[in-house]
Amino acid sequence: MKFIRPVIVFIGIIILWQLIVSLTGVAPFILPSPVDVLTITVERIDILMGHAKITIIEILLGLIFGTIFGAISALIMSYYRPARSWLLPVLVVTQAIPVFALAPILVLWLGYGLLPKVVMATLIIYFPVTAAFYDGLRRTETGWLDLAQTMRASKYNILRQIRLPAAMPAFASGLRVAAAVAPIGAVVGEWVGSSAGLGYYMLLMNGQVQTDAMFAALFILALVATTIYFTIDSLLRRLISWQNESDPSHAT
Amino acid sequence: MYEKNLIKNKKTYSDINLKPRIGLKITGANLAYKNNIVFQNLSADIVAAKWTCILGPSGVGKSTLLRMIAGLEEINNSETVTTSDGDNPTQYISWMSQQDLLLPWLSVSENISLGNRLRKEKIDYAYIKSLLVDVGLDQRSDSLPRTLSGGEKQRVALARTLMEGKPVVLMDEPFSAVDAITRSRLQELASKLLQGRTVLQVTHDPLEALRLGHNIHILKGRPAHLGNVIHPPGKTPRDPTKPELRNLHLEILNQLSYASEAASKGMT
Repeated sequence: MKFIRPVIVFIGIIILWQLIVSLTGVAPFILPSPVDVLTITVERIDILMGHAKITIIEILLGLIFGTIFGAISALIMSYYRPARSWLLPVLVVTQAIPVFALAPILVLWLGYGLLPKVVMATLIIYFPVTAAFYDGLRRTETGWLDLAQTMRASKYNILRQIRLPAAMPAFASGLRVAAAVAPIGAVVGEWVGSSAGLGYYMLLMNGQVQTDAMFAALFILALVATTIYFTIDSLLRRLISWQNESDPSHAT
Repeated sequence: MYEKNLIKNKKTYSDINLKPRIGLKITGANLAYKNNIVFQNLSADIVAAKWTCILGPSGVGKSTLLRMIAGLEEINNSETVTTSDGDNPTQYISWMSQQDLLLPWLSVSENISLGNRLRKEKIDYAYIKSLLVDVGLDQRSDSLPRTLSGGEKQRVALARTLMEGKPVVLMDEPFSAVDAITRSRLQELASKLLQGRTVLQVTHDPLEALRLGHNIHILKGRPAHLGNVIHPPGKTPRDPTKPELRNLHLEILNQLSYASEAASKGMT
């Protein structure tokens, strides 16, 4: 039932799109009609899927590495005070320099293969994961820590059994942002230099003025990105099902 | 029945938990935050195996006193706070606060055995079960805390305190976050289940102190010191509305209002 509304919105946009194309008579190489896009998607589904596979691998590897590095950085920053003053600037810099600016350099150094795209996706999600997890680790309810101390728990067990689980909701927020932005890193990497992937295919089709095929690739990319996001979101929800959620729009 | 459980489980707990009567001794304790002196040369004796209540105006340092005994304040208290035998008290105490402090991701029975989990000890499930029966939650062993009412959560916290099996229990306004009826039931339950242990309870409610305390002290002044001990007559839990307690109640109220006036004027 909860999918009905998004589907209605989606169909509404398609109808609007078709209307604009029919009413304005815009050239197909500027804005192809939904029917054109659907036709070419079906026609070239094998090619599209081949490119999608590459992009998915880049996104997932970026997510894995970004999450691992982010989690480790957050842990080091929480437990080793000098690391804070060293790592925080690095963290901010990774965010302050747009990946778009780094992309050409990374391609220059790392070549046209998977690696620069994975690095780019990793860089783009490193910040949200680290910042959210670090925040979560620092905001453990002090009463729990007092209680654990009177129970004579070791520092390690307090981390494992109290701080880490307590930080999970914050970590999950970071991971959701990461899942939403990781495709940007991968696609930007493909634009700058590659021989495969949905971003590469879009650029290629753009050069050949095959706008309908470009839209088809865009459509697949959106599908991939939302699928990844919602898969991760539902996994996280299961992981922290103990958390109370409150709906701000709901009057209490 | 609860006592029987304790005896039955004696074998599984380490020796320090079994020292039956541990009192607390505070000698010449000093504590200050920046320029704010909370305690200066504070001394007190907390009688073993009795329930001691500490009353006092808010901000006087009741909770700080408790935290200092529990070793939660960042001071070197190894000489000022000891057991009556001169031991380090932190190994003999368990802690119960105003919030239930249940971990929301652990079930009721996992929360009860939190201490064992944090110390990586073997968990005595039979004992958990008997504690659940004692606090009347034997049907809720696998529930998550968010499904419990405020009173039920505090009963789980009580069971968690008992699970620690320590001879000294420090309680910081443990019943103040629940409604009056629930509070009175909790007081009765705690009074019954903590019998025979040394209890030091901080409270702002004189009636609660009269209901539960064998000894009542009023903490007052700045730096704070403990007033003379008040011994309400009769077995606990008492009915604090009984006529013989009325005078004591008035006396406590008098002392408290005097103490809080003095505090607001900044005198000692």
